[in-house]
Amino acid sequence: MSGKQKAHIELTLNGEATEVAFAPHKTLLEVLREDLGLMGTKHGCELGECGTCAVLVDGRSVLSCLMLGLDAEGREVETIEGMATAEGLHPLQETFADLGAAQCGYCTPGFLLVSKELLKTNPEPSREEIKEALSGNLCRCTGYLKIYEAVELAAARMRGEEAEAVKETIYGYE
Amino acid sequence: MATNNNGKNGRGGNGGPLKVVGKPFRKVDARSKCTGQTKFADDITLPRMLYCKILRSTEPHAIIKSIDTSKALALPGVSAIITGKDLPITYGILPVSQDEHPLCVDRVRFIGDPVAAVAAVDEDTAFDAMNLIEVEYERLQTITNIEEAVMVNEPRIHEYGDGGNVHKKVSLEFGDLDEGFAEADLVREDILFFEGNTHLPMEQHAAVAHFDADRKLTLWSATQTPHYVHRALAKTLELPASHIRVIATPNGGGFGGKSDPFNHEIVVSKLSMMTNRPVKVTLTREEVFYCHRGRHPVLMKIKTGVKRDGAITAMDFQSFLDGGAYGSYGVASTFYTGALQTVTYNVPRYKFRGLRAFTNKPPCGPKRGHGTPQPRFALEVQLDKIAEQLKLDPAEIRRKHLVPPFSVTANYLRVGSMGLGPCIDKVVTGSDWKNKFSGWDRANRKLPEGKGIGIACSSYICGAGLPIYWNSMPHSGVQLRLDRQGGVCVQCGSTDIGQGSDSILAYIVAEVLGIDPFDIRVITADTDLTPVDLGSYSSRVTLMTGNAALQAAERARELLTVAVAEKLSVPIENLSFAERRVFDVENPDTGVTFAEAVVLAESKFGTIGTVGSYTPPRSPGKYKGAGVGPSPAYSYSAAVAEVDVDAATGIVTVERVYIGHDIGKSINPALVMGQVEGSVYMGLGEALMEEMTYRANRNVVHKFPSLLEYKSPTTLEMCDVVTYLIEDADPNGPFGAKEVGQGPLLPIMPAVANAVYDAVGVRIDEVPITPEKVLTALRDKAKGREGRYGPKSVPDVEWPQPLKVQTPAEGGDGREMPRVAVHS
Repeated sequence: MSGKQKAHIELTLNGEATEVAFAPHKTLLEVLREDLGLMGTKHGCELGECGTCAVLVDGRSVLSCLMLGLDAEGREVETIEGMATAEGLHPLQETFADLGAAQCGYCTPGFLLVSKELLKTNPEPSREEIKEALSGNLCRCTGYLKIYEAVELAAARMRGEEAEAVKETIYGYE
Repeated sequence: MATNNNGKNGRGGNGGPLKVVGKPFRKVDARSKCTGQTKFADDITLPRMLYCKILRSTEPHAIIKSIDTSKALALPGVSAIITGKDLPITYGILPVSQDEHPLCVDRVRFIGDPVAAVAAVDEDTAFDAMNLIEVEYERLQTITNIEEAVMVNEPRIHEYGDGGNVHKKVSLEFGDLDEGFAEADLVREDILFFEGNTHLPMEQHAAVAHFDADRKLTLWSATQTPHYVHRALAKTLELPASHIRVIATPNGGGFGGKSDPFNHEIVVSKLSMMTNRPVKVTLTREEVFYCHRGRHPVLMKIKTGVKRDGAITAMDFQSFLDGGAYGSYGVASTFYTGALQTVTYNVPRYKFRGLRAFTNKPPCGPKRGHGTPQPRFALEVQLDKIAEQLKLDPAEIRRKHLVPPFSVTANYLRVGSMGLGPCIDKVVTGSDWKNKFSGWDRANRKLPEGKGIGIACSSYICGAGLPIYWNSMPHSGVQLRLDRQGGVCVQCGSTDIGQGSDSILAYIVAEVLGIDPFDIRVITADTDLTPVDLGSYSSRVTLMTGNAALQAAERARELLTVAVAEKLSVPIENLSFAERRVFDVENPDTGVTFAEAVVLAESKFGTIGTVGSYTPPRSPGKYKGAGVGPSPAYSYSAAVAEVDVDAATGIVTVERVYIGHDIGKSINPALVMGQVEGSVYMGLGEALMEEMTYRANRNVVHKFPSLLEYKSPTTLEMCDVVTYLIEDADPNGPFGAKEVGQGPLLPIMPAVANAVYDAVGVRIDEVPITPEKVLTALRDKAKGREGRYGPKSVPDVEWPQPLKVQTPAEGGDGREMPRVAVHS
């Protein structure tokens, strides 16, 4: 990067005031991974085609491979690293882990953040609404079914219901 | 090896009920994966690390006249550039196909073939330098498909193989085919085509190499087969294997696409050796398409004789594989297109001829189901046509002629437990088949026109019976270390590609030692720390590592039992391991904690470590070519697909799949369900949309090397799945377990094709079943013609004299018969 001046921005990253300097042409994905050391955000294409690199910017899901790091100035950015708190995992992380919604786990951060955005706006989504919300994220392992079930279970628990996984999804049908 | 009685009778520690096996525990690494903590290969950064970019050929087939790297080397920030001459030694996954150079030396064979590599201070500099490398090519005639490869002998893509551009020809005959066809009431011939497609793992391949000051090389790589990478690095880099450490990072999806040793792994290792700095490479998505090693396009001709009740009397199968530019696993793939036709329905006489061609395209290799989904598609679609001709129910024709359990097939595959019957029963009942399938009566349909239902079955190996390179050592090893604090560490060379193989090790060890699986530390896929496991391919991992883990754990339990029995003065046979305790079953209060038991054992025997290993049983087949197909066990699947076909647009929507899978025994049912659903998903993609295709008239360039244009199912295309797990324990599986990672993919494509026929009365004898093909067939039908879309002929090739083997029923001994000169 010889001769190129670094850009410097301030943003709120996972709830914390953060400063970062980086080559100005870098995408948010690159800034997060390379300049902020947050490797939880993954990349599948870097062309905006797979949803793997999704993060939340001001609460809305954004493909970090299509957003310039510079555009994060003054914004609130949430990555997978910020989803669990000192109190523990987010209910979505819990159900994704327990139901096997993460197989290889590579697309998982993107799915989790987009699901979180969905449940914030729609606490009781139908199966069709979940499919619609997650249609921009590709997963090659699960066939998506365990992901739907994990979102539904987490949604129920976040509504305060004492919900458990559906037996047939774990043991198959009789 | 020692027998695993404990596992085989499906009981837990000392015969008690199972505490861990069969339970839906979360995976041992699940929370890391859901918090972004799992470290994939590209997440590794080391101090002073350089970044590598690989220049790839822009020509499909050409001689390299010259490479000029001077401008690139002059760019500030560039540390090293290498070309083919820096790495002259060839490699390849199979000993018979050592046909790849880490960087092409004098010839490029497809667009994407690696030509030169740069190491620079950052990725941008490496990219700029790569673009400054000047390569002069002299174009050669291209070979674009199977037909051309068979016809065009010169230029040859490789100087080895079975002549011209034919890589491999095989011809095997089991039993008297003429007699079989003479006995038949109906003989059908069909020609079908299965288009190639690719794995498309979400993670692009990446690797980091570090050649350290002590002259030891470490490579972290997203590979399914660290052991084979280890061997390839030693060979190509001319380093002692003992100075090389390969660590397979958790794979962000593999599906077979990370099972070959790859040029980029060798290249970064070499660059690190030259620069004495760590070097990383991360492929772009486009490059992943060029790595490929995916599903071979296969053209097939299947001739089957049947009795009036559908019993098969003989089968003659021909397959033509478009292999792409290199050998890869192709010889094995070729044999696999002929191996497993015999393990579902009884095929008393069987002939197989297979041909793999070299073409100027990215090399094909093993994708989920390796070489078997294509012939399975042909067989199951043909069986549907046979059922129609004989006016038989397609579910019943399958159910009635199953291979018996614990039998040997005509091509000498030893079948163990066989739960296909119950799988069929479940999907037939579950889907309400009898009230939906119209019995071939289009005039009196039970479903509305446009709605259809179809069935297909399949089988898959639970691990290849033979290793990739000939040796008589175990296929899987496990080392177990128990420490005085009560810690248990299980070490195994297996690679977790998302299927949960790390967790399987923990579950099995926890079951035997009566502890919690989350108490166990699992270390895998590190050639310095873990005993060899051959890798995550051929659906071998649960069966083989599971058996090795079982043996290691039983040996450890034995040491603890002796020490505790002595301390407590109770008979050895009274001791049970459960709830993190070792206790007297007759007086459960008398006991010690697991940690205390380890202290007692260490005091008595010294440091507690045990090993276990697994070698598959010998196959009864002894003929040349008998190495592909044998397995310790076979899994079985049956699927019913319900589709909606829009006759106006040709769009096929799969609404629901009912699938029954014979898993033997679920080590973890939740993970088994995940593998079934994932397999159905991937099969759905292959059935409807996924294809690796090229512009034949434009330089054999890939049509769409991107995630957007290479169509794969999103949430909006994925169907509902109703899964039934059949547990028919196999004596060779740990606790009776069989595979699930690949088998359930196989019946999806033919079940969908058969359902499309039921829906609108056209046969699409080719996958993917795209709207264009459906419309073409519907138009054909509207004109009063056959209403079929598919290939019409196969190339006319001269096959070698078949190697003849008498079947077990004919009194054969598994060996080939002496060849006799035939004058005709």
